[in-house]
Amino acid sequence: MYARRAWLAAAAFAALALPAAAADTPGVTASEIKIGQTMPYSGPASAYGTIGKAETAYFNMINEKGGIAGRKLNLMSLDDGYSPPKTMEQIRRLVEQEDVAFIFQSLGTPSNTAIQKYLNTKKVPQLFVATGASKWGDPEHFHWTIGWQPDYRTEARIYAKYILKEKPHAKIAVLYQNDDFGKDYLIGLKDGLGDKGAKMIVQEASYEVTDPTVDSQVVGLQSSGADTLVTAATPKFAAQTIRKVYDIGWKPLHFMSNVSVSVASVLQPAGPEKAVGMLTAAYLKDPNDPTFKDDTGMKHWREFMTKYYPDGDQKDASNVYGYGVAMTLVQVLKQCGSDFSRENVMKQAANLKNFDVPILLPGIKINTSATDYYPIQQMQLGKWDGKTWVLFGDVISGEGS
Amino acid sequence: MTTIETSRPAAARQYAGLSLRSWRMVGIAALLAAACVLPFSLSSYHLFQATQVLVYAMVLLGLNVLTGFNGQISLGHGAFYAIGAYTAAILLDKTGVPYWATIPVAGLVCLVAGFLFGRPALRLEGHYLALATFALAVATPQILKYKHLEPWTGGVQGIIISKPDAPAGLPLDGDQWLYFFCLIWTVPLFVVGWNLLRGRTGRAMVAIRDHPMAAATMGIDTALYKSLTFGVSAMYTGIAGALGALVAQFVSPDSFGFFLSISFLVGIVVGGIASISGAVFGAIFIEFVPNIADQISKAAPWAIYGIFLIAFMYLMPMGVAGVVRFAAARFARLASERRAG
Amino acid sequence: MQALMHQVLSGLANGGIYASVALALVMIYQATHHVNFAQGEMAMFSTYVCWMLLQAGLPYWIAFILTLGFAFIAGVAIERIIVRPVEQAPVLTVVVVFIGLLIIINSLAGWLFSYTIKAFPSPFPSNAWYGSPFMSPHEVGMIFVTMVVLALVFAFFRFTPLGLAMRAAAQNPVSSRLVGIRVGWMLAMGWGLAGLIGSVAGMMAAPIVYLDPNMMGGILLYGFAAALVGGIDNPWGAVLGGFIVGVLENVAGAYVVGTELKLTVALVIIIGVLLVKPSGLFGRVLVTRV
Repeated sequence: MYARRAWLAAAAFAALALPAAAADTPGVTASEIKIGQTMPYSGPASAYGTIGKAETAYFNMINEKGGIAGRKLNLMSLDDGYSPPKTMEQIRRLVEQEDVAFIFQSLGTPSNTAIQKYLNTKKVPQLFVATGASKWGDPEHFHWTIGWQPDYRTEARIYAKYILKEKPHAKIAVLYQNDDFGKDYLIGLKDGLGDKGAKMIVQEASYEVTDPTVDSQVVGLQSSGADTLVTAATPKFAAQTIRKVYDIGWKPLHFMSNVSVSVASVLQPAGPEKAVGMLTAAYLKDPNDPTFKDDTGMKHWREFMTKYYPDGDQKDASNVYGYGVAMTLVQVLKQCGSDFSRENVMKQAANLKNFDVPILLPGIKINTSATDYYPIQQMQLGKWDGKTWVLFGDVISGEGS
Repeated sequence: MTTIETSRPAAARQYAGLSLRSWRMVGIAALLAAACVLPFSLSSYHLFQATQVLVYAMVLLGLNVLTGFNGQISLGHGAFYAIGAYTAAILLDKTGVPYWATIPVAGLVCLVAGFLFGRPALRLEGHYLALATFALAVATPQILKYKHLEPWTGGVQGIIISKPDAPAGLPLDGDQWLYFFCLIWTVPLFVVGWNLLRGRTGRAMVAIRDHPMAAATMGIDTALYKSLTFGVSAMYTGIAGALGALVAQFVSPDSFGFFLSISFLVGIVVGGIASISGAVFGAIFIEFVPNIADQISKAAPWAIYGIFLIAFMYLMPMGVAGVVRFAAARFARLASERRAG
Repeated sequence: MQALMHQVLSGLANGGIYASVALALVMIYQATHHVNFAQGEMAMFSTYVCWMLLQAGLPYWIAFILTLGFAFIAGVAIERIIVRPVEQAPVLTVVVVFIGLLIIINSLAGWLFSYTIKAFPSPFPSNAWYGSPFMSPHEVGMIFVTMVVLALVFAFFRFTPLGLAMRAAAQNPVSSRLVGIRVGWMLAMGWGLAGLIGSVAGMMAAPIVYLDPNMMGGILLYGFAAALVGGIDNPWGAVLGGFIVGVLENVAGAYVVGTELKLTVALVIIIGVLLVKPSGLFGRVLVTRV
């Protein structure tokens, strides 16, 4: 009877002791680092699911080469169907049940908004969120959340800078998707134009993802007499916009959001000759750009895709993106040394100095600090010539208010 | 000597010493006891899921009252869920109303909304009502994003809600308290629903579903009952929506799309149409099966959902509750046969 | 003034899409007295089939005809296998089955073809004489095709024995059986034809809205609105309803409620029509005798 009690006590002590060791570095054992992620593998945003698959493939590649500090990277990527309540549920599962070390590249602004407070309260790093909303770079209020890509406002500010310099008397029309993605562009544009904004922007029109076409909006924008058009649209609607603008014979100075500049998913369907002269701001090397055919960075990317993600589309820029973010995370983990506690992971994420990711455009580097939670803030303008994007000018920084 | 049959009421059938009614009471008491013990034996995450089940159970009871018992098909209950959730969120965000007071307000708002929707819906039957509510479900996210409502709704950014703390003095953490808070609402709602459906109102509702013409001839005010049923159903859903908002700690237009209404429909179909216990079965289904479907097929989890839906309609049209009832009746018959033989 | 003209014409172009979807819905309704919620997804899937055939190298019109065949057979198969067992069941069961079909087909398409948008070719050359800055040649051609399909459907139901049999089977199955009509197969044919018309709608819409699994989501709702406005049992009404809804949606979106509430316009139209005149503009008013 006493032996049994002693046995039980010993077992209880052991059970308490083990988690205590893990409590300092949850998700990290001597052989693996557990990483949590939510991605829309189903539902309206499933086209982005390929990012999660590319990142899983990248970590497989790292694991084959020995992992980080002898540990394998285990990415648990769960489907949230782009629905915030589902995201919350999956994140709670990852944090409370699966005990992941940190959350990496969860996709979607509403999804990340839903979990931001929870993760920050629980002090779980929310690393490199896969959205361009500008609100992620707020170290003061949300110490544990950091973005990666140039945010939409930065991009819009770059367009505003260009317009003020090259076409200061422009009459601007804006077509935007009626959600945080589109609205961020509008705000960024107005911010970049400053006081002149109110006079220069002559018409704004929004559309819903449930709208079959945006033809009505484009027609309305043309009739406002604008000579410049800024479009913040996702691929399907971007293609429709390009085609309609051409068909009605309107020839504005056309800026297109960076998310919709893929040759395969936007320009080909729209008709490449219809978008000649269109401008965008880029930060990634386009996989279809012949300039980078022999580029070392892109060569490695293509080898990676062929070997580790053969199902992936090598014309899809999302796969370049996923590769780049995964590489950034690996750098953060390398910088951690052997201390993979959540505090240190966060500290190293905020400690990237001039980190070069080979698939970023030349001259663009990743920089973070304890007060700067915007890893990439530089972009370069490119113009579509009917066959490819031709980059011009210098790398511009879009830092703003 | 022959016994003369007197016309006194037959004694209630006894099973192992208790009547069927008493067995049911025992069952429900056991269920409640289990429900109260749950928070202390489950991890936070599973408790969170259990709380979600409670919320869905209330929604499904509301939807079942309308669709199962009263025969009015609604494909748009996600809209009422959204109204309840946003009412609670806006009150919490813009006014100083304490969280527990937002629930009855949400219920009231939805009662009115449901009644208002129900009145014009009186003229719609079957397919047409399904169509109108289908349109409502599809249009709901867009209405929530409307820019003129933005100062209240927060637009696409949504509203973040803080999780309420347990009242001082109780040794419960936030998750446990939220579970009990939902339970405090679920149990009375179920009792009220059960009472309602058992009595005259319930019979009137079912009569309207089965034979509206005959019901009207018997003097039942079909218009009033139908609109009231819509209102009550919406109220249940609204209360659940408000509680759901507290559980998820976030509301946004994307949370209340068309697929939410579909999930509710799936819930009552699987759980059992026109069954109160079906609401609980259905809630368990829609909370846990998507995760299972996820594991079966990463790429097409909704296809699995759809297959479940159709399969249930063929194989188990009365839902899980129907199967349970059937099994119970079978068991009872076997038991009595064995005793007689 | 020119802007208004432009919006109206653009609305007519959109209306062409809605009209063809509405036609398919009317087809099913006339044949089976059911509202088919899965119509949009069936049309979308057929369009993907056509896309696959085109990718395999077949010329457009061959792929088009083969797709029509596929859509017809698929429609018949769905009716025989999935809808038949629940034919006599209460409305709720039928509605649930249709919704189930909707999600399955949508999910299947996403899994098989991925969610990246695909371009779909138009049979009408882009520099045709009937094009203009207001309406592209394809948009004009699409309206023309819709009218042709409409005429064929009308002629079929009005002037052919088979069409008459189908109408009889839907209206009065019992009596139809007595006169020797194979009611079951009539219903199956109704579904087959609806699937066929739906596939035409999809193949006409895809060049404009681009092909992706969620292509028909918003369109379906407008299609419903169109069918209701025109009268759910009248093919002419459905087509006219489609154009009315298209123009209303555009004009309301541009001048009245703003572009943010276009879907709500559809909702209001649906509810409004159902309340005020459920038989639509041209439908037959049904009076039930107790």
